[in-house]
This record gives sequence, structure tokens and C-alpha cells, in this order.
Amino acid sequence: MANLRDIKKRIGSTKKTSAMTKAMQMVSASKKNRAEQNARKYVPYMEKVQDVVAAIASGTSDASHPMLVSRPVKKTAYLVIGSDRGLAGAYNSSILRQLTRTLNERHKSKDEYVIMAIGRVPRDYFVKRGYNVIDSVVGLPDQPTFSDVKQIARKAVGMFADGTYDELYMYYNHFVSVISQEVTEKKVLPITDLAPASEGVHASYEFEPSGEAILEVLLPQYAESLIYGALLDGKASEHASRMTAMKAATDNAKELINSLSLEYNRARQAAITQEITEIVGGAAALE
Amino acid sequence: MKTVQVNIVTPDGPVYDSQVAMVIAKTVSGEIGVLAGHIPMVAPLSIGAVTLKKENGSQEVVAVGGGFIEVRPDQISILAPSAEVAADIDLARAKEAAARAEQRLQKKQDDIDFKRAQLALQRAINRINVHEGNI
Repeated sequence: MANLRDIKKRIGSTKKTSAMTKAMQMVSASKKNRAEQNARKYVPYMEKVQDVVAAIASGTSDASHPMLVSRPVKKTAYLVIGSDRGLAGAYNSSILRQLTRTLNERHKSKDEYVIMAIGRVPRDYFVKRGYNVIDSVVGLPDQPTFSDVKQIARKAVGMFADGTYDELYMYYNHFVSVISQEVTEKKVLPITDLAPASEGVHASYEFEPSGEAILEVLLPQYAESLIYGALLDGKASEHASRMTAMKAATDNAKELINSLSLEYNRARQAAITQEITEIVGGAAALE
Repeated sequence: MKTVQVNIVTPDGPVYDSQVAMVIAKTVSGEIGVLAGHIPMVAPLSIGAVTLKKENGSQEVVAVGGGFIEVRPDQISILAPSAEVAADIDLARAKEAAARAEQRLQKKQDDIDFKRAQLALQRAINRINVHEGNI
């Protein structure tokens, strides 16, 4: 049986760890609420943009734009949204696993695709394994604003426009609920599936100055907002996932403390029993 | 006078939502004034001020950083990457941004940076103008 002082030390350190995980859980819980709110606030904008893009793209057949046209795919880009820090359970690893699997299935050589990474974990993962990471953003705040992602979003859209790649996919964790986040793949470019987000009459619009001119402004904005939406979703998932992971850690610590306390009490009792036996034995020997 | 529902939405949430008699916005092809019952229309906006005239004669000004306006007979939506009601504008921040952009314009850099600085300057000046009420 382990000695008393060792067990006591372990109980003490486990308690300290659990206090920490508990605090982190609470921090993540409040961040998650904020992130969820942000994601919700963003919905009206996204829906509106989608509505208008769908109305224009379906309404005017003469309005065409390079971003709407599928071209033969020579190079594919993957935008992966992960986190900067760990301690978030399977948040990063599930995305990375899925993306790596997809890459292996779809492509024969590493020349066929490029990777853009948001978050330190995915960036380091792909750089370390020798993938072609063309761009990365790290150190995004917990509640990112549109201007934080504008640069990478604009760059991603710009590189599609100038032909660096012919397809852009996005990988992120979709926030389903606190305990469940789904790895989601979304095709951003070329824009193909355009369905209006809300039901309603789509009167044919008058375009000022022309349909093309509007698509010119609207489509990049649409693609950028898709990316921003995914980031908000991903952030909500990150905090939820971290919260769950920390809750599990706290629960485990509690369990460990319980079993250690039991062991400690048992050891203490054994020590006392032994002492009594020794005293009784000593007294008997004197008589 | 008939009024129309106007909402201004940005990625960071709705900025403005109210009944308005007339909307004056600066599109890429020129200024437009929209009243209730306008035919459906979409137009891209340039960086500038949107003036919202209320039924009682008062008016509000919102600084928008691009985006576009979508007009339906009973509803007008403005979707912009950024927008602030005049009262909410952080003047100090806008002035700082203007100074920074000007500084960048002084230095000769490549085209993209130059263009970005120009846009930043436009946005900052727009905010300052809207805040001070001279449009």
C-alpha cells in the first residue's frame, strides 16, 4: 500500500487541477454563449445576401460571372478552420483526420491541392507534414469580427478569381449542440447551389447599373460572408467542445479524488490497526 | 405620407430597423432617393452616408462601408460589410484610422496595399463626415 503522504500529495494536486479545469469550463461556457449569440446575429445578414444572390443569379440568365462558372479542376484549395489552442477535446483532431482522409481519397499527389489554415493547430499540423500551406491566420480573437477575417476571405476569393485554384472547399466544425459538433465540408467556390434562404416572392429586380455590375460586388461579398459564417460556427463549436472537454476533466478529477480518499483512509486505518497490534503485542510480551 | 420598413444589416448584427419615409443612398452610379412603393431594385453602394428621413421630418444618418441596397415595395434592406449610426461612431478611432491610411498612402507600396489604404481612408473620412453631420 502506498504511503500516506504520497496519497495526500496526489489528492492535493488533483484538487488543484480540477479547480483549474472547472474554471476553464466556466470561461468556455460564457465564451460559447457569446459565440452562439454572434452566430445568431449573423444569420439575418447571411440570409439576405443569399436571397439577393439567388434572385439575381436565377432571375437574369444573361448575368454571368466567373465565380458562378465551374471550370475544369486542376487545383483544389481547402480552407480548414481550427483553433489556436488545444484542450478542446477532439475539436481539431476530428477535422484534421477527416480532411487528411479526404485528401488521400481525392488526390494522387500533393501538387493537386493547396491548404489554407485558420488556427495554429491545423497550420502546424499541415506544415509539419509537408503539405502545401499557402496561407494561414493565427491569433484570431474569441469573438472575431468581420474585419478580422476579411483579409483571408478576400485573399481566398481573389486567388480563385486569378486562377490559382479552381475550387475552394471549407472544413469546419458545425455547431449542432453543446455536446455534438459535426465536421462539415462546404464548397465555397465556384458558387453552384444557390437557393433562396427564405420563402417569399422574388419579384424580378431592376438592376442599377446592371446585373453584371451587381454580381461583381455581390459575389465576392457572398463568398466572404460564407467564410465568415463558417468561422463563427467553428468558434461556437470550439468553445462548446472545450467546455465539454473541461467538464469531463473535472468529473474525472472528482472521481479520482474519491478513489484516492478511499485509499488514503484505508491506509490510515491500516496504520492505526498496526500500531494497536504492536502496542497490544508489546504489553502481552511484558506480562 | 407612406412609410417603408428599412433595415440595415451587417455581419456583426443589425444596425438599424425602423419605419422611414425616404431613403437617400449613394450608389456606385450616383445618388438615389427611394420612397415607399418603389419597384424592386438592387444597386451596389459606394462608401458613403445613407440618410433616412422620418415621417415627422427628422432624419438620421448612417455611415456605410459599401455593400448594396435591396429595394422592395414594402421593404428596403441595406447589406453592408460595416455600418454605424452617426451617434455610435467612434470619432477618435476614425481620425486615427484616417491618419494611418494617409501615412500609408505617403509611402510608395504595391498596388494592393495602396488600394486598401485608399479605401480605408475613404471609410474613415466618411465616418468623420457622418459624425459631424456634413454630408
